[in-house]
Amino acid sequence: MITDIQTFFRELANSGINLTIFYDAFDFERFITGLGNTVLLILASTFFSIIIGAIGTAILTSGRAFPGFLVRSYVALFRNTPLIVQMYFFYFAIGSIMPVGQNELGLPEPLLGSFSWAVISLSLYAGAFNVETFRAGVGAVHGSYEEAAFALGYNRRQAFFAVTVPLALRFSFASLSNNLVDLTKATTVAYAVGVAELLYVSNQIWSDSLNTIEMMNVMLVIYLVLTGAVVFIINRVEAVMRLPGFGLGDNQ
Amino acid sequence: MTISPNSQPLISLRGVHKSFGAFEVLRGIDMDICKGEVVAIIGPSGSGKSTILRTINGLTPVNKGTIKVGDITVSDPELDQVKLRHRVGMVFQQYNLFPHKTVLENVAMAPIQVLKQPRREVEDRAQKLLADMRLPDKANSYPGELSGGQQQRVAIARALCMEPEVILFDEVTAALDPEMVKEVLSAVRKVAEDGMTCILVTHEMGFAREAADHVYFTDKGVIVEHAPPAEFFSQASDPRTAEFLSKVL
Repeated sequence: MITDIQTFFRELANSGINLTIFYDAFDFERFITGLGNTVLLILASTFFSIIIGAIGTAILTSGRAFPGFLVRSYVALFRNTPLIVQMYFFYFAIGSIMPVGQNELGLPEPLLGSFSWAVISLSLYAGAFNVETFRAGVGAVHGSYEEAAFALGYNRRQAFFAVTVPLALRFSFASLSNNLVDLTKATTVAYAVGVAELLYVSNQIWSDSLNTIEMMNVMLVIYLVLTGAVVFIINRVEAVMRLPGFGLGDNQ
Repeated sequence: MTISPNSQPLISLRGVHKSFGAFEVLRGIDMDICKGEVVAIIGPSGSGKSTILRTINGLTPVNKGTIKVGDITVSDPELDQVKLRHRVGMVFQQYNLFPHKTVLENVAMAPIQVLKQPRREVEDRAQKLLADMRLPDKANSYPGELSGGQQQRVAIARALCMEPEVILFDEVTAALDPEMVKEVLSAVRKVAEDGMTCILVTHEMGFAREAADHVYFTDKGVIVEHAPPAEFFSQASDPRTAEFLSKVL
């Protein structure tokens, strides 16, 4: 079976379409490593960006002045500067003043590698957008629900978590889906700090195997599949959480 | 229900004032409501009826005056909100059921989460209340699957499940289609007949006349007059009351 596939792509290469990743073991391995790193970047950054978004929104809606100011400043900074500049800033500016450890051979090794910096940078970037998304979700929940909770003895915090959050989440899906698709595409920026993700390894492959056009096509298809998967998962979660007779346009 | 004139009022309002910005909604409200009494507050829109209700359970803080519910002073800054809202239930015009919770969860969640009562006990009580409200088979439905009248009856069961001493009904039929008004009013009447102290803000004059022990008429933030319904609807003494009644009856 595998030999069949390899034979097919080897013959395809002879006819001018050279997809080395499907018949050359070395290119295949590099490519899979890159794909794995990209998926890890997506998963880790999605996870942390959602946590950042949730915490930022909780602070903003708590109505406390100074913490709210800090969150708004953070959002303004990370929304209004280019991601690549942020990533360079973390990797080269902050990374260079971080303490340096030693590896088992006694050689100097930075505490955080490029992958970690990429996750931090992507999480903060997408987190800023998620703060806005969740805040808008909270704003979309009619105050009458919270009021009903107050009338039943809930305090602010209890009402926020028992009533506002579950409803706000349902208003946030469309916009969250946008943010996470954007985050998926933004993982390619990690290339700039040397993370061996898909774009990085593809560049290596097309440099070595001189199949730039083929690899460009592969990249387009792969990212379409990845963003498609992100949207599919969010849509599934949204469908599971859908409430009868409740939602945008249903008069809540 | 007959009220002994000497009985201690369960709820009393004295000189209650409330302003929203420059607009004075309540300009000195005095009321006494005894245990088991059913009181209807009527009056034109914007006369402060709903605000009176909302000051009683502390949803709207007052600017001046005192409100007492039993031994609780509502305006006390040290007030234990849970204690007050355990005693005073409220039913809203728009039902305000939690759309992400089933009917049973809506009814049972506050006693479980706020009063920390045992789940099984609360759920048994909730099931019984839903049966009383003639909704026994809707326990696992979501509010969005029910009609307005059914939702409002769930909201009444939700208020009752806290086992309050008084329930505030804020225009509970105003958002309903006409054919559903009757089912909700008969549910309210059942609650009143079971001895619950009820304060109703309502535009249903027929209901106020039949079900209330006492009718208050408010206009422009003051109580113009109050009387038992028979007297109130037949011989209103103030011209403002007479004018209002001539429009709505």
